[in-house]
Amino acid sequence: MEHPSRCREFWKGARDTLPLVIGAVPFGIIFGTLAFGAGLSAAGTMGMSLFVFAGSAQFIALGLVGAGTLWPMIVLTTFVVNFRHLLYTATLLDYLKALPRRWQVVLAFGLTDETFVVAVGRWYHNDDSPYKHWYQLGSMVFMYTNWNLCTLLGLVAGRMLQGIGGWGLDFAMVAAFIGMVIPYLKDKSTHIAVLAAAVSAVAFQGMPHKLGLIMAAVIGMAAGVAVEMLQKRRVGAVASRGDS
Amino acid sequence: METFYLVAGMAIVTFSIRYGLLALSGRIRLSESIQRALRYVPPVVLTAIIVPAVLYPGGRTLHLSVFNAYLVGAVATVIIGKLSKNLLVTIVGGMACFALWQWLMRSL
Repeated sequence: MEHPSRCREFWKGARDTLPLVIGAVPFGIIFGTLAFGAGLSAAGTMGMSLFVFAGSAQFIALGLVGAGTLWPMIVLTTFVVNFRHLLYTATLLDYLKALPRRWQVVLAFGLTDETFVVAVGRWYHNDDSPYKHWYQLGSMVFMYTNWNLCTLLGLVAGRMLQGIGGWGLDFAMVAAFIGMVIPYLKDKSTHIAVLAAAVSAVAFQGMPHKLGLIMAAVIGMAAGVAVEMLQKRRVGAVASRGDS
Repeated sequence: METFYLVAGMAIVTFSIRYGLLALSGRIRLSESIQRALRYVPPVVLTAIIVPAVLYPGGRTLHLSVFNAYLVGAVATVIIGKLSKNLLVTIVGGMACFALWQWLMRSL
């Protein structure tokens, strides 16, 4: 980026998030539409999108509300489903901890899967722009605005769009997430990490409260690091043989 | 009232997870090996979300067949992504393949 500025970073962050925003559109509309049938009030539905801002947890909560689950159980499930976001903050910790508190609060609030993956690419990029947090802000503001508008649209159009949940539009999220994974598949250790996470996610599919997701993520990370260490040891062995 | 507790509880829990480590950031330092492991977070977490969604589209039963449009669509999306290396093309192309396959399977 030539001459980084706050404004330019903000718009670049929003623009780079556009494909994911498009992927989230059907997801948001379906959320708004299904809320009616699940028995969640319009205020509750909008409140979730405005204050929780976590797509998959909101969907799961909707399913649980529909099944008549008590609210403390739904909050507990939200904790487990969103626990992966702790890994996101940990990943960005070194970059975010230098920011003023108000920035930390705002960026943490908007740390969705999509904004995390877009922003982490910007933070890792080796240029010394002092405004990379504006890039992340641009991404989250775009996601947030879109998510809430789509929820509202789904609520308003709910009666007209009955049955939209059965159209399979939720595949948009799968497509978006696949598109986000592909750029990472560059070296052997990442391939194996992803493969290990995939196999574990299937193996732990039956675990309650989506705990399998966390297990699969941890196993995938461990597999990636293990491969890295094996490779390093092999390179080290070859190097020391060369020395003697 | 129930709804208020539900939304407030979910909001507090979600924000605490996203913000918690930052609140403590003055007191913690992540070791180099943890930082290395965290580099795998984006692809690994997304994969752990995608794979069950594709293989268990209804939620409970494994659906391994060409009649599973989610599975066929996901494979098509991976191929498009590898070839195009463009996120927007990947998402739109993947959705189109999924929709086409679902329509074909339903009209059989």
